[in-house]
Amino acid sequence: MATALKINGKTHQVDLPDDVPLLWVLRDEVGLTGTKFGCGVAACGACTVHIDGESVRSCQVALSDVWGEVTTIEGLGTPDAMAMIQQAWVEHQVAQCGYCQSGQIMQAAALLAENPSPTDQDIDDAMQGNLCRCGTYPRIRAAIHDAASKLNEA
Amino acid sequence: MASIGKILRRTFLIGSAAIVGGVAFGAYYVTRPAANPLKPGKGETALSPFVLIDQQGVTLFAPRAEMGQGVMTTWAALIAEELDVELDAIRILHGPAAAAYYNSALVGEGLPNKGYDISNFQHNLGEALGVLGKPLSLQVTGGSTSMKDGFERMRMAGATARETLKQAAADRLGVDRAQLKTENGTVIAPDGTRLPYADLAEAAGRIEPPEAELRDPSQWRLLGRSLPRVDILGKSTGTAEFGIDVRPEGLKFASVRMNPKLGGQMNGFDASTAETMPGVEKIVDLGTGVAVIASNTWLAIQAVEAIDVDWGDAPYPPDTAALFDRIAKAFDDAPNSTMRDDGDVDVMPEGATELIAEYAVPYLAHATMEPMNATALYSGNTLDLWCGNQAPTLIQLRVANTAGLETEAVEVHTTYLGGGFGRRGELDFSEIATKVAMAMPGTPIQTTWSREEDMRHDFYRPSAMARMRGAVKDGKAVLIDGKVASQSPTQQAVTRYTGLPGGGPDKVLVEGFFNQPYAVPNYRMSGYISDLAVPVGFWRSVGNSHNGFFHETFMDEMAHAAGRDPLEFRLELARPEFAPAAGCLDAVKEMSGWTGKTPDGVGRGVAMTYSFGTPVAQVIEVVDQDGTIRINKAWIACDVGLALDPGTVEAQMIGGMIYGLSAAVMGEITFADGEVEQYNFPDYDALRMHNVPVTEVRVLETNKYLGGVGEPGTPPSMPALGNALFDLTGTRARSLPLNTQFDLLV
Repeated sequence: MATALKINGKTHQVDLPDDVPLLWVLRDEVGLTGTKFGCGVAACGACTVHIDGESVRSCQVALSDVWGEVTTIEGLGTPDAMAMIQQAWVEHQVAQCGYCQSGQIMQAAALLAENPSPTDQDIDDAMQGNLCRCGTYPRIRAAIHDAASKLNEA
Repeated sequence: MASIGKILRRTFLIGSAAIVGGVAFGAYYVTRPAANPLKPGKGETALSPFVLIDQQGVTLFAPRAEMGQGVMTTWAALIAEELDVELDAIRILHGPAAAAYYNSALVGEGLPNKGYDISNFQHNLGEALGVLGKPLSLQVTGGSTSMKDGFERMRMAGATARETLKQAAADRLGVDRAQLKTENGTVIAPDGTRLPYADLAEAAGRIEPPEAELRDPSQWRLLGRSLPRVDILGKSTGTAEFGIDVRPEGLKFASVRMNPKLGGQMNGFDASTAETMPGVEKIVDLGTGVAVIASNTWLAIQAVEAIDVDWGDAPYPPDTAALFDRIAKAFDDAPNSTMRDDGDVDVMPEGATELIAEYAVPYLAHATMEPMNATALYSGNTLDLWCGNQAPTLIQLRVANTAGLETEAVEVHTTYLGGGFGRRGELDFSEIATKVAMAMPGTPIQTTWSREEDMRHDFYRPSAMARMRGAVKDGKAVLIDGKVASQSPTQQAVTRYTGLPGGGPDKVLVEGFFNQPYAVPNYRMSGYISDLAVPVGFWRSVGNSHNGFFHETFMDEMAHAAGRDPLEFRLELARPEFAPAAGCLDAVKEMSGWTGKTPDGVGRGVAMTYSFGTPVAQVIEVVDQDGTIRINKAWIACDVGLALDPGTVEAQMIGGMIYGLSAAVMGEITFADGEVEQYNFPDYDALRMHNVPVTEVRVLETNKYLGGVGEPGTPPSMPALGNALFDLTGTRARSLPLNTQFDLLV
C-alpha cells in the first residue's frame, strides 16, 4: 500500500514497507540524494532533515511514522537560490569532503529557527550530534554566527 | 591538423592535439607519451589530458581525487593562472582513469633521503625517477603529493595553451604574437578586439605549440590567494555527487557481508530467510562473502544481515594482546631498515643520563563519513564503474581482471569522495561491486557497505610499538637509539595490488622516525616488520602517524630529563639541522605566548614533526574543568615553502590536527575472536563541535621546496596532546588512546 509523503512542498506516493527509514525512502525511492547515509544509528547526523521544521535523523524515522512535511537540503535552498545559512557556508568555505555538510546545514538551520542568536555553548549543544571527519567545526561555528547576525539584520 | 604519429614521434614536454572543433593540451615527462585517455574517435587525433578548448568553452582536467583537500580548485588554478581564465567561467572535471595522469611525485618520495636535507641533485633525481610512476600507472592521490606533482606541469600546460591560442589569433589578424594579450578566456588584439578562446580553438589545433615561459610569481592573480573552492556550491546545497549518489537508469541496490575474521574463508551459508524478505531480488555468493541485490539499500542491508553464514577462522592471532605479542617479537629479528645511523649509539657519552621508554599505539580505522560503496554496470563485454577513489588506474586494472575484460573495456567514473584519508586508495569496494554487478548483467548495481561492515573491514593503520633509548647531557640530547615495530602497509599493499611479494627496506614504516630534523650526534633509527595478516593500509600520514607520537613524546621525556623547557630544547636541536623546522617552533612559541610555565589547572604541550616535505609545530593547551579535561586551544605553524592557496592550507592543517586528536583521544580498533570489536561511531567516535580546540594557524613560506599539506597536520597533534597532559597531570602517556588514561571531555 502506498504511503503519501509531502517532501519539499511536493507530495510523493511511496510504495515501500512501513519500516523502511525515511532516509532510504528519500535516497533510493524519491531520488533526493542530498541527504546522506553515515551510520544508520543516529550517531553522526549526516541524514538530518526537518519534519515540520524540527530537525530529525531520517535514518531513525520509519516511513509509516513520518508525522509531517519533510524538508531536505534540496528544499532548503538551491545553488541559484540558497538559504542564508547556505550562503554563510559558501562564504566561510566550510566544506572539505562535504559529505556531512547537508546534515550540518539542516541541523544549523533548525538551531537558528529556534534560537536566532546562539552562543558558542548553544552551538556546542545543538551541533555535537553531527560528526565531521574532515574537522570543519571551526568554520561551521563561524558560519552559524555569521548567518545568525545576517538573519537578525534582515 | 597534428596527427597521432607526429605526437608519438616527438619528445614532448607539452603536447597539443586537434579535436573536433577545438584543441587539447597536455604535459608529458617521458619520451613516449602515454596512451591518450580521452578516446579520440576514428580518424581524429589524440587528445592531451589537461586542457580542452572547444565550442563549448574551456574545460580543465584535475585528475587527482577531490576528497576535501581542495585539490580540484588548486590544480585548476595552476592551469588557469597561465591560461588567463576565471575559475567560475570554465568547467573542471576529475578526468578519466588514464596512465597519462600518473603521479610523478609519489615515486620520487621513495628515495632514501631524509627529505629536508635534499640536494638539488637529489631533487632532480627524484623528479627524474618520477617517470617510474608511469609504467606502474600510479594515478594515485596520496602522500600529500598532488601539488608537488602538478606545480610545474600544470602551469606549463596553461602557458602553452595560452601561447598557442595567441599564435592562432596572430595568424588570423596578421600581427605578431608578442603584440597580443590574454584575459578572461579571450585574446586581445592591439586594437582592443577580443577573440574568445573557443573561436580560436580549432585553428589552435593545427599549430605546433610555441615555446612558452612561466610567469614570475609576482604576476600571479590566482595562486597564493585563498580562492573560492570550485566544489563549494554543490557541497553546500546537497547537489555534489558522491559515489553513493550516482543514479544510472534502472539502478538496483545491494549490500555486502564479508568474513569479519578478516581474510578468513566462507565455509557456507543459508540464505533461505533472506530470499523471502521484501524487496530482495538476488542473493550473490562472492566466494568469501555474500551480497543481496534489492530494490532499496536498506532492504538489502536487512536481508544480507539475515543470512546465516559459517565463517572460517582468521589467519592471524585472534585477540589484541596476542597481536601485540607478535608485534613485540619483531624486535628479536634483524631490522628491516636502519635509515639513520649517525655517530655511535653503542657508546654512552661520559656523564650522560640514560633514558629508556617503550610506547604502543593501536590499530585505527579510517572511518570516512561516506561508507564504502561503488556502482557497477556489467554488460558482458564492458564495465562501467562509478566510485569515489584515490587510484582509478589501479582500480581499472583490477576490475578488468575481475570481470575478464580488457582494460580498455572498463570505464572508471570518479566522483567526489566522502572522505578518503587513504581508505579509498584500496581496491576492495570496486572489486566487490564488480562481482555483484556481474551477477545481474545489464543492470547497474550500487553496492553499499553498512557502517558496521565498513568499520569492521578496513585496511587499518597498524598497531605499532617503539623502544626508545636516549641520553641527555648538559641540557642537550646527545643520543637517540629508536626501534619501531609494526606491520608494513606498503609491503602488504604491493602484494594486494600486484600479487607480487613486497620486499626491501620500507621507508614508510620509519617515516617520521629516522628523518626528523634534529641535530643529535649519536642517532640511530631502525624499523622492524611484523609479518601479520591483519589487513593494514595507508591512514592519513601513514608511518608518521605513529612515529610522530613515539619520537616527539620521547623528545619531551628527554627535555624533562635534561631539566629543560621542551620547546627551547627542540629549538636548539632543530635550528642547526633545518631552519624551517626551527621557524615553525619559533612561530608557535610566539603565537601561544609560550613561557614554559602554566597556571594550575592548565597544561601545555608542544610537538614538531617533519613529514611530506613540511615541518609542522603545534602547541596544545588543555584545561581541567572540575575534573574533566578539555582540549582548549591549539596553535599550528607550518612551512609549506609556497602556499598556493592559504585558505586551503589552513583548513588542511586544522583538519589534519583534528583527525589526529580524534585518534589520540579515543581511536582504537581491537580484536577478539579474530573479529574487530568496534561496529559503528558509538564504539569508534571522533572529536565533535564541543570538544575541538579553538585553533590559530600560521603558514610560513621559507622552505626551499613545495611541501604537502593534506597530511602533515596529523602527526604532531598526538604527541602535543600527550605532552600537554603530562604538563597538566604529571602522568606520561606512553600509549594511545588517551581517554583510557585521562578523564577527557568526549
